Amino acid sequence: MPDTLTPESGVIAVPSAPPAETRAMRLRNFWSDYRQSWVAIAALIVIVALLVGSFGAPFLVPQDPYDLAKLDWMDAFLPPGTEGSGGYVHLLGTDNAGRDMLSAILYGLRTSFVIGLSAGALALVVGITVGLTAAYFGGRIEALLMRIVDLQLSMPAILLALVMVAMLGQGIPQIIFALVVAQYAYFARTTHGAASVERRKDYIEAARSTPLPTWRIMFKHLLPNVLPPLIVVATVQVASAISLEATLSFLGVGLPLTEPSLGSLISNGFKYIHAGRYWLSIYPGVFLMITVVAINLVGDQIRTVIDPRNSR
Amino acid sequence: MTDPILKIEHVSKRFTRMPGLAERLVGKVTGGGKPVTVHALTDVSLEVSQGEVLGIVGESGCGKSTLGRVVAGIYAPSDGSVTLHDKPVARTHGGNIDKLTTQVQMIHQDPFASLNPRMKVGETLAEGPRYHKIIPARDVQARMRELLEKVGLEGAYADRFPHQFSGGQRQRVAIARALAMEPEVLVLDEAVASLDVSIQAQVLNLFMDLRRDLGLTALFVSHDLSVVRHVCDRVAIMYLGRLVELAPADELYADPKHPYTTALFASVPTVGTGKRRFEAIKGEIPSPINPPSGCAFHPRCPLAGPRCRVEVPRLTDAGTARTVACHLNDGGVDAKSEVAA
Amino acid sequence: MTAALDVQGLTTRFATRGDPVTAVNDVSFSVQKGRILGLVGESGSGKSVTGFSVMGLIDAPGEISAGKVLVDGNDLRALSDEDMRKMRGNKVAMVFQDPMMTLNPVLRVGDQMAMAVRVHRKMSKTAALEESRAALEAVGIPSPEERLQAYPHQLSGGMRQRVAIAMALLHSPSVIIADEATTALDVSIQGQILAEVRDLADTTGAAIVWITHDLAVVSSLADDICVMYAGKIVERGTAQQVIDHPRHPYTKGLLDSIPALHEPGKHLPQIPGSTPQLSRLPQGCPFRPRCPRASDICKTVPPADTVDGQTVLCHHPLERT
Repeated sequence: MPDTLTPESGVIAVPSAPPAETRAMRLRNFWSDYRQSWVAIAALIVIVALLVGSFGAPFLVPQDPYDLAKLDWMDAFLPPGTEGSGGYVHLLGTDNAGRDMLSAILYGLRTSFVIGLSAGALALVVGITVGLTAAYFGGRIEALLMRIVDLQLSMPAILLALVMVAMLGQGIPQIIFALVVAQYAYFARTTHGAASVERRKDYIEAARSTPLPTWRIMFKHLLPNVLPPLIVVATVQVASAISLEATLSFLGVGLPLTEPSLGSLISNGFKYIHAGRYWLSIYPGVFLMITVVAINLVGDQIRTVIDPRNSR
Repeated sequence: MTDPILKIEHVSKRFTRMPGLAERLVGKVTGGGKPVTVHALTDVSLEVSQGEVLGIVGESGCGKSTLGRVVAGIYAPSDGSVTLHDKPVARTHGGNIDKLTTQVQMIHQDPFASLNPRMKVGETLAEGPRYHKIIPARDVQARMRELLEKVGLEGAYADRFPHQFSGGQRQRVAIARALAMEPEVLVLDEAVASLDVSIQAQVLNLFMDLRRDLGLTALFVSHDLSVVRHVCDRVAIMYLGRLVELAPADELYADPKHPYTTALFASVPTVGTGKRRFEAIKGEIPSPINPPSGCAFHPRCPLAGPRCRVEVPRLTDAGTARTVACHLNDGGVDAKSEVAA
Repeated sequence: MTAALDVQGLTTRFATRGDPVTAVNDVSFSVQKGRILGLVGESGSGKSVTGFSVMGLIDAPGEISAGKVLVDGNDLRALSDEDMRKMRGNKVAMVFQDPMMTLNPVLRVGDQMAMAVRVHRKMSKTAALEESRAALEAVGIPSPEERLQAYPHQLSGGMRQRVAIAMALLHSPSVIIADEATTALDVSIQGQILAEVRDLADTTGAAIVWITHDLAVVSSLADDICVMYAGKIVERGTAQQVIDHPRHPYTKGLLDSIPALHEPGKHLPQIPGSTPQLSRLPQGCPFRPRCPRASDICKTVPPADTVDGQTVLCHHPLERT
């Protein structure tokens, strides 16, 4: 046996690396961490149920609440659990026009989801672009963009949204646009924070010295590494877009009554709350609350799971 | 010596930090809030021949990493130029680099930071050559596998993510990425400093093999004197942004001329028991924001005289193919008057 | 004579997604007053976790599952959390790689040092400041009065590390654990600090555990050396024994791979492979897959200590030379 370790010439045999961790494995790990909290599991089930219920509403509920031909004035103000003229039980009662509340709520929820998700997605795209541009180029561009973002963050989102809606008028696209304007700043701030840290790392420098074009470094190298915190912000912002929209509609500047969302249902029912017809506004309110809380709980759990300080 | 291919001529690099709005406002009252300038490099000239490995050595703040980055085209020099075969390495526009050669590639210190964690190793390797059409598209896959094998990894590792590799393996990937661009010059910035001792030997051996096989020309930036001695042909010693000594490696280690080089060698702990004296250089490294007058090393130099406080020493010949920037080699440290043209 | 620090069978585990990982595995060593023990190992060898375990600074999911840590004969592990807190910084102190782990960035050096003094001893602030000044002087800080007035960010890296060492010295501890304390510093500054640490051990009689990956540093600083690999001490002896006559193939391999000992440009002897992951240790001897001396027995039977003045955890140690 040799007393010294002799170098092998040329290529060194490197023992096998650990088994390849696939995306599927990472997903499994994510899931096994996620399910540590039963509250988060429950919240996820609630969200899935609400999504299925709202987007599947036309097939699930007995009545299309916006088909005026299906409405009967005789059914107005039926309390929850009463059977109406349609021959079925109105589980959550009916409103002043004889609409089945459950059907109206699920249809309204669908509108809320559509607005919340599209506003969230658009705000994400705009925010990422602003944040990445600021972090990557630095200097005056960064100063200008981030001061605008700061200015916006110092104002309440609802105020901005109100101003936007007042300028643009009512309608789903207008509302979405107003929400994007009010919310992109949160994404821009988060992106900028994470990207400023990543920007200084050597892999970005390596890409620059290769050299690779700027857009490619921004979107292929920087962006994937700042996504995790954005996922958390995105969930929270979808929830807040939904409640912002409800607030606007409640204030009467959101959606017209012909396309009611949860907000307009609450607003409509609010007039009758002192007449003892509580179900007109309470039930849409409860659904709104459940939706927003559930989305936030899921976002919180994702934050906990992807936080590197909690990783094992 | 053959003709130099890489020329670094009178390169200076200054970093200026402009004060923010708030600082400027406060500065109006307190008198502060002025721009702060760091003199990272001052008038550095070096030439590297085909197939040569030049070591750049010094302590923190000496500008060795900045020099590496200027050569790799990450920083634009404030003054001076870097040319490869008499063509500028980078074309600058308004202080920013807008066109950069693919002929100089860099290898970073920390392989945990220098590989994009969300990109498969194969993608990382292929991205540059594919974009610059260095390798025909249909050959890229095969070539990447070949490269991985060349640096001692398996071709199948192309499908893995960086976090599945150990530090030494990642550094091999980083080396493969640089080689994939088929560069003429490599800049290695403390490329083995963050590796464990046993892994460091593996990577140094790999570097020496690649150098022999591919005839690499390299700038080897390091603080580790023994590593530099092992792999470099010539060594440049830097202190506070200036070149203080340049010599072939064996001559420099056998007979350092500059008092700083001498002191640096003396303060390095060596393996072997019984050595109990460490302290060789008194005092702290001065800040490059406010460097000392004259010779930057004079406050710590045991041999400094009055001339060192006022006059910056020039690089002068000290034997064949070696230069040193010290007044001791240029008429003495005492008086300025006797220096005749 | 009882050793200042006596560690017996220390074992520290970390809970992970899979099986628990044993980062420190049945580690024993002792340090006498005024001596310096070099604890050497590569990343993942468990050297830092050993230091933290001695200090009782292991948090969940980690847990010290066995062993004793005796300081002047008292077992630290038998102490309550409250008593342990009093012990820390008083009888046992730690110096980290990053001095900002010790220093509070928003307090002046003098204020935080005086505060540290008065946590453990009742005295006036003036007296505490005077003690702080003396501690700064002891680690070779020029004009200590001025440094007392400075904030940590106004000091250089080397100066900050000296202040951290001075803070560790405030209560004349029996034991100081230094974890890669000079790794981040420049060689010229490292040289200065190592010289002062040697002086401190000689003058204050503190037992020092110097944790590092750098063999050159310990070989010139330490009296005794422990080499760690995969959570175990694989070789232990006086500095001279370990450096001049290594008997474990791993120690030998580490020493051989240092470039300074070889002719420039030549291939360096290297240990093949990479440091093993603690969660995937091979059976038998953990160094076996990388070892040139391994035989069949190494595949199955973990080696036990072979003691003849020098502890070597190996079935086939190199001959005494």
